[in-house]
Amino acid sequence: MSATIEIRDVAKIFRQFSGVFTAPRMVRAVDGVSLTVPAGGCFGIVGESGCGKSTLARLILGLHPASSGDILVDGRSLMAMPRRERARLIQPVFQDPFSSLNPRRSIHDIVGLPLAAQGISGSEITKRVHAMLERVGLRAEMAGRSPAQLSGGQRQRVAIARALVLGPRIVVCDEPTSALDVSVQAQILNLLADLRRDMGLTLVFISHNLAVVEHICDEVAVMYLGRVVEHAETDALFRAPTHPYTRALLASVLTPEPGLGIPDVGLGDAYPDPANIPPGCRFHPRCPMVTAACRTELQVPRRVGERVVECMLA
Amino acid sequence: MSALLEVSGLRVRFNEKAEAVRGVSITVNKGETHCLVGESGCGKSVSALAVMGLLAKGGIRTADALSFAGQDLRGLTEGQMSRLRGDKMAMIFQEPMTSLNPAYTIGSQMAEVLVRHRGGSKRAALDRAAALLGRVGITAPGLRLGQFPHQLSGGLRQRVMIAMALMCDPDLLIADEPTTALDVTVQAQILRLLMELQAELGLAILLITHDLGIVARMAHRVSVMYAGKVVESASAEALFAAPTHPYTRGLLDCVPIPGKIARGAPLGSIPGTVPRISLGFQGCGFRDRCGHADASCAQDVPAQSFAEGHDYACRLPAGWATERAA
Repeated sequence: MSATIEIRDVAKIFRQFSGVFTAPRMVRAVDGVSLTVPAGGCFGIVGESGCGKSTLARLILGLHPASSGDILVDGRSLMAMPRRERARLIQPVFQDPFSSLNPRRSIHDIVGLPLAAQGISGSEITKRVHAMLERVGLRAEMAGRSPAQLSGGQRQRVAIARALVLGPRIVVCDEPTSALDVSVQAQILNLLADLRRDMGLTLVFISHNLAVVEHICDEVAVMYLGRVVEHAETDALFRAPTHPYTRALLASVLTPEPGLGIPDVGLGDAYPDPANIPPGCRFHPRCPMVTAACRTELQVPRRVGERVVECMLA
Repeated sequence: MSALLEVSGLRVRFNEKAEAVRGVSITVNKGETHCLVGESGCGKSVSALAVMGLLAKGGIRTADALSFAGQDLRGLTEGQMSRLRGDKMAMIFQEPMTSLNPAYTIGSQMAEVLVRHRGGSKRAALDRAAALLGRVGITAPGLRLGQFPHQLSGGLRQRVMIAMALMCDPDLLIADEPTTALDVTVQAQILRLLMELQAELGLAILLITHDLGIVARMAHRVSVMYAGKVVESASAEALFAAPTHPYTRGLLDCVPIPGKIARGAPLGSIPGTVPRISLGFQGCGFRDRCGHADASCAQDVPAQSFAEGHDYACRLPAGWATERAA
């Protein structure tokens, strides 16, 4: 049995200090997102920096309380769940394995910490840590080393081992391969795909690398300035992107095919600022298809065939 | 086409234990983009810094030849080098926030480049700065000149860096991972801008990147680096059509290409990690990770040619990859 995550109209607003005498800036990092993550799948969330994808990941992990809305796992509210129980259900893998592992601890302690926090005894911890390290492709004797003695790829394997040692049903990966070299990135992606299949995990995979998302995800949600602007099955999304932003995002993927040149993505030099969200459609200052109505009318998600698009032109 | 930058047998070491660059040869022709590609630690950035004479303290550079526009760079003093840098040889770095001075406005930093190298008034320099900001696609250049780096987005800062590099009409632009810190949409915009500028100004570009997508789309010539050496060098078409060094082939297999690899099918990957190369290292640096290595790989690696202008450093015969596939 796998978990289903239901995100119901979730918002997260941060107050950003902007000086002693000025009012704090209200950063609407996630601004009304509703999504259903099916059990056992790999769900991709893509978007540019500042679109709120990492904040959404932290909300799903329960690391931030939501400002409004609710997140349900198997019909139970995440907010109401005790921390230890949540930890047995959902675990994270973060981007940078250089800062997400405590440099003063051994690998054994890092991977064993979630077990210790659940009150499991020392010998049982060692047994499970060794088994987990081998499962992610590390030798058990690495348990005695410190993170500084490992390469980037090995560290990310340790982070994955730590995430899986409690046997969670959901793993939220926030840019798990962005800090790694391409040859190592492929090793880690293959490992995640194996583990998902063998352990029946539900993966939430957050990335700005569309080629990677296309390769491993079944469903993709595209975020822009705190909202999901398009959500569809991977094939449908990549074959026929509907939102102008999705199209620009896909057009800017540079595949290793010589002779194609660099595409004109046509987005201008406006830059999205989550503390200063434009009226009407959030994307209108950069949209190549903008109409007068886009500048004033608030967009709502609409179902177009099998996909959900937040654009009146779609 | 004539060679603008000629590097041959470049070696860099920082101490007695490690050699970062072990005999790199690159030629960049006028109006051409030469991509230096490889994973972190392969020596691509150090090679570029060595060419510009910007190695960190303690770095020792030797080369059989190192010439820029016919001028031998090896004998130049630091003063002569610094007159060349930012003038005929300009550079852009990865992180525009750390390469711009946070305490000065965009305008004063840009004007300084021109005044230092060419003299003239600050006013005239500011006019040129405004014109160039417009050229790199920045709206309201007058406003931007008065702003500080922290007031600009990452994409805008990188455009400012490019405009600043162009202040003195350089012949060669060395760009070290210029778009790695940027979003994909902004990356496409910046790279497109570089291509336009190249066509317009006849710039030669030495582009350092780890991204094979950028290489395929931007490069005329490509040099693949591994463990301080160029392991394969060819035109972009030739390299992607017939990658011959096992490392190049492995690297290309690692990249998911939408529509080419079935979803869920495992990606190719290269086992192991990049080795540390000590001084006096013998043989092929890739042999520990290579599926084709044998005992002879621990001795000197033969330099072979796949075709005219397509060279690689490996013991395997030129047609090995295609024969195996057939």
